[in-house]
Amino acid sequence: MFKVAGYVAFAMLLAGAAFWWITTPERVRENDIAGLAGDAVRGEAAFWAGGCASCHSAPGAEGDERLVLSGGRAFASDFGTFYAPNISPDPVYGIGDWQAADLVNAMRHGTAPGGDHYYPAFPYTSYARASLQDMVDLWAFLQTLPASTVPDTPHEVGFPFSLRRLLGGWKFLFTGPDQVVAGDLPPEAARGRTLAEGLGHCGECHSPRNALGGIDYTRWLAGAPNPSGKGRIPNITPGKLDWSVADLVEYFTSGFTPDYDSAGGEMAEVVQNLAKLPIEDRRAIAAYLKAVPAVE
Amino acid sequence: MKAITKLTLALTLAGGVAGAVSADEAAIKARQGQMKLYAHYLGLLGGMAKGAVPYDADKAGAAAASLAMLTKLDSSRLWPEGSDEMSADGTRALPAMWENGDDVMKKVMALGEAAAGMEMAAGQSLEALQGAMGPLGGACGACHKAYRAPDS
Ligand code: HEC
Ligand code: HEC
Ligand code: HEC
Repeated sequence: MFKVAGYVAFAMLLAGAAFWWITTPERVRENDIAGLAGDAVRGEAAFWAGGCASCHSAPGAEGDERLVLSGGRAFASDFGTFYAPNISPDPVYGIGDWQAADLVNAMRHGTAPGGDHYYPAFPYTSYARASLQDMVDLWAFLQTLPASTVPDTPHEVGFPFSLRRLLGGWKFLFTGPDQVVAGDLPPEAARGRTLAEGLGHCGECHSPRNALGGIDYTRWLAGAPNPSGKGRIPNITPGKLDWSVADLVEYFTSGFTPDYDSAGGEMAEVVQNLAKLPIEDRRAIAAYLKAVPAVE
Repeated sequence: MKAITKLTLALTLAGGVAGAVSADEAAIKARQGQMKLYAHYLGLLGGMAKGAVPYDADKAGAAAASLAMLTKLDSSRLWPEGSDEMSADGTRALPAMWENGDDVMKKVMALGEAAAGMEMAAGQSLEALQGAMGPLGGACGACHKAYRAPDS
């Protein structure tokens, strides 16, 4: 079953890639962001909203160890196992020799400094919705973190997905809309939309994917099988989740569900990150979840 | 795996060591009861923190004191060897709990500290109570993350 899907995927990726090669990859140059000054304090908030530590800290890191972005955690997917790289400020093993524009290109376009495409295991399809200012701030914050000399672990992905160039096709096919929940929202829910659809990348886990791994935007946040193979990631649209705004805020703050069990699985780390945001931001995300179209 | 364990369990039962098995079952029920009691007292504290229940310093203080007391139960009676989810039914406790005694103790102590923090805070003011919820949630969650199997 997967084999067939794999070849269909390959054919489509090729077709997509052909298109990609004749289009110029979008790149941001250092000049384009010259007017923006990075602020490490705001960058820290962007860092926790983005949950970078959940993936880029060492496996099992707790407390302050979560600020050492040495990489090494494994992410299983239908396409193979990906390992988060070292993004600490070490110039050799990390990204210490990058410039702010390189981070912008990685987050906004999924493009490496050398022009390679990143795998979407790095959730740049969501991060692309963050503002340039957020990214420049994040860059300023990342540079304040400790350097690590842990070498990257190579990904374990089979042919054809091992061909990074083909990912151009993937990107072309699956780049999401600027706003998933389109239209005017009250200010608090609109702020929540920016956070949840962008840096918060909630949809990367909570939305189902099609055979090619692209997010099914018609079932946004309506739940999905857990890629780890165990259990399901819950539907958090009002079609299923009936928690009050206060329940949601408490969950994002302490991890307690309305029956005072605690958030489990990958969500436990998401909560650790959200708890570090200002309470207004957690309220905004809760307001947004109430405004998302209900899916049964 | 579980099916095989069940089979061995049935065979051992037939062999006549039923006593040991039901002691484990009782311990599993008892520790789940301890966890439910945590949740029960937190229901009042959390309800106040959220604004769903009006803040009452005396009631909050009493709930927090009970919660703190619960963290002091002798855990050796609750977590007998062989009562993990690979060996027994009706439990989500991972075998790793019995392989990392030191770390489990650290997590139990961390919960004790967070509960003591809540005991100090709960009767003081609503703001203090709200501030103590986060560390408590972190302490419960850290142990669940490491030692509880996902809800299947
Ligand atoms: C869900 C896990 C996940 C999260 C969350 C995540 N990343 Fe990554 N990241 C990855 C993976 C996997 C790669 C490797 C992609 C590849 O090799 O194509 C990666 C690659 C990168 C790279 C490229 C590094 C290099 O050496 O080329 C940068 C930079 C990066 N991530 C920054 C971030 C930042 C900043 C955040 C938070 C805003 C973040 N990541 C959050 C998984 C994640
Ligand atoms: C890395 C994957 C991942 C990301 C990213 C993620 N979640 Fe979750 N989420 C989960 C999992 C897994 C659960 C189930 C937790 C459990 O089993 O206790 C969950 C549970 C929840 C729940 C509780 C639902 C219920 O019925 O118990 C809410 C609410 C929630 N997430 C909201 C969010 C929001 C908002 C975001 C973005 C800011 C987000 N999640 C990002 C994986 C994720
Ligand atoms: C030292 C580790 C540890 C700590 C600390 C801990 N738990 Fe648990 N908890 C577990 C384990 C393991 C289970 C699964 C027990 C089983 O099924 O046998 C569990 C189960 C539960 C359950 C489900 C009980 C049931 O009905 O099966 C709830 C609710 C719960 N915990 C709440 C809490 C709360 C609230 C706190 C904090 C006040 C907390 N736990 C602290 C380890 C811990």
